[in-house]
Amino acid sequence: MAKILMKGNEAIGAAAIKAGCKYFFGYPITPQNEVPEYMSRELPKNGGVFLQAESEVAAINMVYGASGCGARVMTSSSSPGIALKQEGITYIAGAELPCVIVNIVRGGPGLGGIQPAQSDYNQVTRGGGNGDYKLLVLAPANLQEMVDLMQEAFDAADYYRNPVMLVGDGMIGQMMEPVEFREIKTKYTLSEKTWATTGTKGQRPHNIINSLFLDPAQLEEHNHKLQKKYDDMKANEVRYESVGVEDADIVLVAYGTTSRIVRNAIATLKEEGIKAGLIRPISLWPFPMAAFDAIPETCKAIVSVEMSMGQMIDDIKIASNGRWAVDFYGRSGGMIPTPDGIVAKVKEIMGGVK
Amino acid sequence: MGSNISKDKRIRIIIGHYGSGKTEFAVNYALALSKLGKHVSLCDLDIVNPYFRSREKADMLEAAGITVISGARRHQANLDIPMISAAILGPLQQPEEQVILDVGGDSVGARVLARYHPNLNEGDYDMFCVINANREQTQDVQGVLSHIKAIEATAGLKVTGLINNTHMLRETTIEDVMRGQALSEEVSKILEIPVKYISTLTSVAAQLEDSLAGEIFPIRMVMREDWM
Repeated sequence: MAKILMKGNEAIGAAAIKAGCKYFFGYPITPQNEVPEYMSRELPKNGGVFLQAESEVAAINMVYGASGCGARVMTSSSSPGIALKQEGITYIAGAELPCVIVNIVRGGPGLGGIQPAQSDYNQVTRGGGNGDYKLLVLAPANLQEMVDLMQEAFDAADYYRNPVMLVGDGMIGQMMEPVEFREIKTKYTLSEKTWATTGTKGQRPHNIINSLFLDPAQLEEHNHKLQKKYDDMKANEVRYESVGVEDADIVLVAYGTTSRIVRNAIATLKEEGIKAGLIRPISLWPFPMAAFDAIPETCKAIVSVEMSMGQMIDDIKIASNGRWAVDFYGRSGGMIPTPDGIVAKVKEIMGGVK
Repeated sequence: MGSNISKDKRIRIIIGHYGSGKTEFAVNYALALSKLGKHVSLCDLDIVNPYFRSREKADMLEAAGITVISGARRHQANLDIPMISAAILGPLQQPEEQVILDVGGDSVGARVLARYHPNLNEGDYDMFCVINANREQTQDVQGVLSHIKAIEATAGLKVTGLINNTHMLRETTIEDVMRGQALSEEVSKILEIPVKYISTLTSVAAQLEDSLAGEIFPIRMVMREDWM
């Protein structure tokens, strides 16, 4: 299929339908409204169901129900809406159900604003819901990557029986870019959902979808099982891009659209004789810890560049393990970092060097 | 470059399917018209999109001498409220003022126009439909016609000209523009309205033949930052 020009939120909807999504439950919130708009128009044409719930809480619990029945299901929202969904998300993780959740992040805290931000890093990688659970969190930097990751998100959700979250700052939802819907060969071997509540037809015992354990020993056992799954994700689901890190004077770490601004800054720095490398996490959880092992000892600093007050910086410090100084540059509240601002910060850190 | 823009009607209404490039065209048109020594009011009537609205570039446009009118609380980007400044009635009623109405996408965005129906007299306005043949819903004649029909019905106004703005951002090729041109010319024939402009990046415009229907209107990307 030839490339067409799409808005991020439309492309999310189109990619989800292509990935086999049959149910969408959601509640409007800017800047992701074109996702439910697209799904309401296109999902019924493709044999699916769109339903606008009365709230984000209702929507995520509808996702719980549909997923328990074995359906491919998605919801989308933006930051404060995702906060509302957290109870449902931990229930879904606890009950080991697959689903895809899209978060088009806007400025916070609270109602915040409608302009782009990345200040949900902690919310999406640390949970927001209770208990020892993890989401596979994927953060594309452009629409083509978003479209390609959607298929993997649905497949990985089914494979691990775990929610997968796709995170884009508001810009990913609102910007237009050429996209191509290509066939993605799945790397997962997916088995039939024998656990789903599809009706026993008198042939088998009832399947029960639940996250309540009356016996603490059983709940601990359940937690060990979940942990094993998260260890598998850490081993198999790390995704990142690394550019010019091996001989870098300084390494910038950025994800999503911020990584694109950083690339422009890196090009400018190169002209001025400063070798800056880029590590771009694509999976925010699991975080690409191993990517940092390629950084030379001589690297002067690692800088986390974020559209927040500094949230990913903690993971960078864990990955650095004291080997390099870790610094931060960010804008927040819907303000977008500029290449010039990043260049100035790098020069400040590099001090008199060159 | 843009030689006929001063001959268009005093009020130019820019409509079309959302994501077609209405705002890029409107902003470039306003800048070109202003350069011809006209006083221009650019009215951002987009109550549909939260991002990439002409008000984002108000500082630059105002520095170029253009009056920018948008929300009732000026150009605030963080307000998700469909409100429009009453000041828009000013330029609509001033016979000497050159006005560009940058309307939100689709018929939903065009709903705003119905409010100004009493101020938009036939013969005093042009309504230009911006077409991008690379958008999912406007790749064929039927798609374009259904958008025009829906917008005309909502606004109570007739489209008077077509703008071929077929593009793929920085990847735009001559082939993109020519495919959009064939589509626009076909729509032009059916509706009996002219293709007024072929709006495309300066680098692509330089490669186009002059004999095409419509004036070649070279633009630069104003709304899209360099890193995008």
